[in-house]
This record gives sequence, structure tokens and C-alpha cells, in this order.
Amino acid sequence: MKRYSAFAIAREALRNHTGWERAWRSPAPKRHYDVIIVGAGGHGLATAYYLGKNFGITNVAILEKGWLGGGNTGRNTTIIRSNYLQDPSAAIYEKARSLYETLSQDLNYNLMFSPRGVIMLAQTQHEVRGYQRTAHANALQGVATEFITPRRVKELVPIINLSGPRYPVLGGLWQERGGTARHDAVAWGYARACSDMGMDIIQKCEVTGVRTEGGKITGVETGKGPIDCQKLGVVVAGHSGVLADMAGFRLPIESVALQALVSEPIKPCMDVVVMANTVHGYMSQSDKGEMVIGGGTDGSNNYTQRGSFHHIEETVRALIETFPMVSRLKMLRQWGGIVDITGDRSPILSKTPVEGMFINCGWGTGGFKAIPGSGWGMAELMAKGHSPLTQAFGLERFREGRFIDESVAAGVAH
Amino acid sequence: MLTLQCPYCGVAADETELSAGGEAHLKRFGPGSSEEEFHDYLFTRENPRGVHFERWRHSHGCGKWFHAARDTQTLEVFGTYKAQTTEPPKDIRDAITAKRPGWTWRDVA
Repeated sequence: MKRYSAFAIAREALRNHTGWERAWRSPAPKRHYDVIIVGAGGHGLATAYYLGKNFGITNVAILEKGWLGGGNTGRNTTIIRSNYLQDPSAAIYEKARSLYETLSQDLNYNLMFSPRGVIMLAQTQHEVRGYQRTAHANALQGVATEFITPRRVKELVPIINLSGPRYPVLGGLWQERGGTARHDAVAWGYARACSDMGMDIIQKCEVTGVRTEGGKITGVETGKGPIDCQKLGVVVAGHSGVLADMAGFRLPIESVALQALVSEPIKPCMDVVVMANTVHGYMSQSDKGEMVIGGGTDGSNNYTQRGSFHHIEETVRALIETFPMVSRLKMLRQWGGIVDITGDRSPILSKTPVEGMFINCGWGTGGFKAIPGSGWGMAELMAKGHSPLTQAFGLERFREGRFIDESVAAGVAH
Repeated sequence: MLTLQCPYCGVAADETELSAGGEAHLKRFGPGSSEEEFHDYLFTRENPRGVHFERWRHSHGCGKWFHAARDTQTLEVFGTYKAQTTEPPKDIRDAITAKRPGWTWRDVA
């Protein structure tokens, strides 16, 4: 792999850009791999990358039904934060956030990580108490957050209206090293690094069946023929239930649509990420100047990657009170992704009833920020059979009642 | 926008008039059931890519709970029916079979 650098740009400028190589290879699948990862989104590629980097396992195939990074990795609002209440969540999200800090250098790929700071607005007394509690919990977990006053919020976000009639801003939970990153680049950067380690990324290759023998995984059936493996990692977000069904077990997951939208590009007006969870809306400004807006999920099961218009309307209506300028913006485009929601709104990183088959799913509405930490933990789980990062996220927690209840901690829109 | 006909008041209601209530025909397990049954009742869901039976409430209308049969892959609505039943009525199942031969959904297929 040729490294990207300022020197490479200068060299290629002189050569009429004839020397750039493809970022990753697109080989035909081999008959057998040590490990197959299903799903070439951020989480799947990160899992493969850390299998190679941390454990030297490089005889790996990453199978993708569509195209690389074309699912939720390319459909989210790119927010990165780790201000969670529960210890296991704070640990894995903070691991992810800290890996993001140096990931561009590690992957030799510019992820445009921008630790611009994230504010979660407290707009009811209940939220004030909740976020103060989270700030204290974060102090104990080693996650740098603080509860800030409305005046400080106004300094950070001049376009905000603090004294809305229904939901005045009473404070905020501020994480200075939270921020955004370029979501596509995260998938592309991991893919390039995986390919460089000799892993095969096989796109347009749908898994149509899971082969087992005596309760043990032996391989998968795909649109490009059967492929054998010793270990199988299923990292397919909204379609996890479909894959689990092929292997003969069921998951505590429901798939629903989550939508986002962007406005026309405008001059820089907000250089932090703001989340308003009481009213179901969050917003940041992209480098192109678009206001990137996200809201809550639809209520009904859905696999179509499109959602209901009235949820978009609700999200924008909610933001207008807190950001009056939004009412003057034209919205450019809107899209939806299928998110996999668990009973306690926390992910599942787990062994499964099938020996040698592992599952990483249930990230729901908060998966992008977790990609490096999720891959790190999942790789350790697959290589060693256990990982301190993923220990609390096992499938058995539902049976045992050990929930990681972030639906209570985050309120909404997490 | 999703439109469902309320089987009680007959109104063709827009989605904004309705509240989604999750999977229908869950069999309730309480005290005395096995851990496996209780776990499945609480957490495990069908979540199919295809034919799905679900509960809806006509919350900004007559207020009644009812059931709907939908396809989660095409968003097609096969029909709605009253909630006083433990499985989808025959006409709904026939309507689904006409459009999706060979469909399955747990033990009510």
C-alpha cells in the first residue's frame, strides 16, 4: 500500500495523478477463511482491522450484501461522544472516542475527526438532575464531561434561544472532546487498512445461509457460492435478526427506521454539536456548511431505509423553538437507515448459541460513535473468547436481568 | 404516509393519528412459567423482513387498540382487524397468501 502524504500529493500532481492505486482490492472469494465477518460497515471493518492488528489474524473475509459502508455507516449524523451513565457503556464508548483521536494517523487516512465539543441541553428540571448525575458518574469513569450553566451554553452556541416558552435551556452536559468525523472515511480507512493486511473485502455478496455441524459453525452460503470458516462474526445492524434466523436462533431486537436531514449550506454559525433530547432533535454544522439534523425513530418495524415524513416535521418543529433561525432554512435532503433496537437500548456483543458464531448488533441509534471501540472489543471477543469491553453486553443479560439501561440514562435520541 | 383503517370506527387514519404498539399476538407468560418462556415473552421478537403482525392504537381517534398486517420490506398493508383474537383471522391470512405465497410467521402462518 502506498502511503498517503503531502509528498504523495506533490508527486502525483507532477505525474498527472496516474500513480494513485485503488484503496482496497476486490478479489473473488477463496473457498476457506479462518474468520468471516458478515457486514462491511464501520463495525464489521473495525472488527476485522483489530483482529489483524491486535491478534495477527489476517486470513479474514469481509462479506457485504451491498457496497462498503452503504448502510448506517453512511447514513448517520456523525456525532462522537461518550457521556453515558452506565459503566459498561461509558467504557466502550470512551474507548471508541479515545481511538478516534489518533485513528487518522493509525489508518493513514484522513477521517476529519473534529473534537469540537458536544452539548446535551437540559430543558426540564428532570434533565438537569439527570445530567448532573451523569456528569458525576463520568467523573468516576474517567470521562471528561461537566455540567454547564445556561450562560456558558449561550457563549458556546450564540444562535440558541435560551428562554423558549415551553422548554427553556436550564444548563447542559458538555463534553469538550466529543465531536464529529467523516463517516464514509471511517469505513474507507478501515477497509484500506484491512485490504493492506491481506484481508478480502467481497462486496455484492449476500449471505443466504449459515452452515453448522453439531452446533458448530462451518461456513456460510453466499450469492457467490459456499465459503468455509472457523469463526463467523455477524455485524449487520438492522438485518441481524435475518442472519440469526438462518442460524436457528432469535434475538431481542426490533428493526426500525431512523431518519436524518441536512439543510442548504450556510455560513459558519455553530461550531459545536448540540443535542436536545427532551424535544427529540440534534444538530451540528458540517464542513460544507449544511446543518445536519437528526431526530427520533419511527415507532413501527421497517426494513425499507425510508421513514415517515411526519417524524422529520416533528424534529424540525422541535428545533425551531430552541434555534429560531432553523425556520428560515431550506432543507436539502433527507434519508433513513434501519437501526436495530434492543430492549434496554444497549448493544449486543456476544457469543451465540452456535459455537464459533459471534454477533455484534443492537447499536440502535448510537452506533457510529462506537465503531473503533466496538471493533476493538469484538475482535478480542472473537480471538480470545472473552473481552473486558464486551463482557457486560452478552445476550444472556436479558435472561439474567442485568440490563444496561441507557434508555433511562439518555432519555431519548441517544 | 402510512394509512390504516381502524376496524372499530371505520376511519382511514393517517399515521399521525395512530400510535404503534409493537408486535401482535404475543402470548403472555407470568408467574409459574419457565425462564425461557418468560424471557421470550419479554424480549424476543419476530422482527421479520416481510409479513408482520402488529398492534396499533387509534390514539387521536376512537382510542381503540387494533391489529394490522403489514409488510416491513415494502410497507404494503394487507389489512387491519379487531384485537379480540389470539391469531390473525382467515380473511387476513388469505389476503397475505394471495400476495406472498409461502409466507411464514411463527406458528400462525
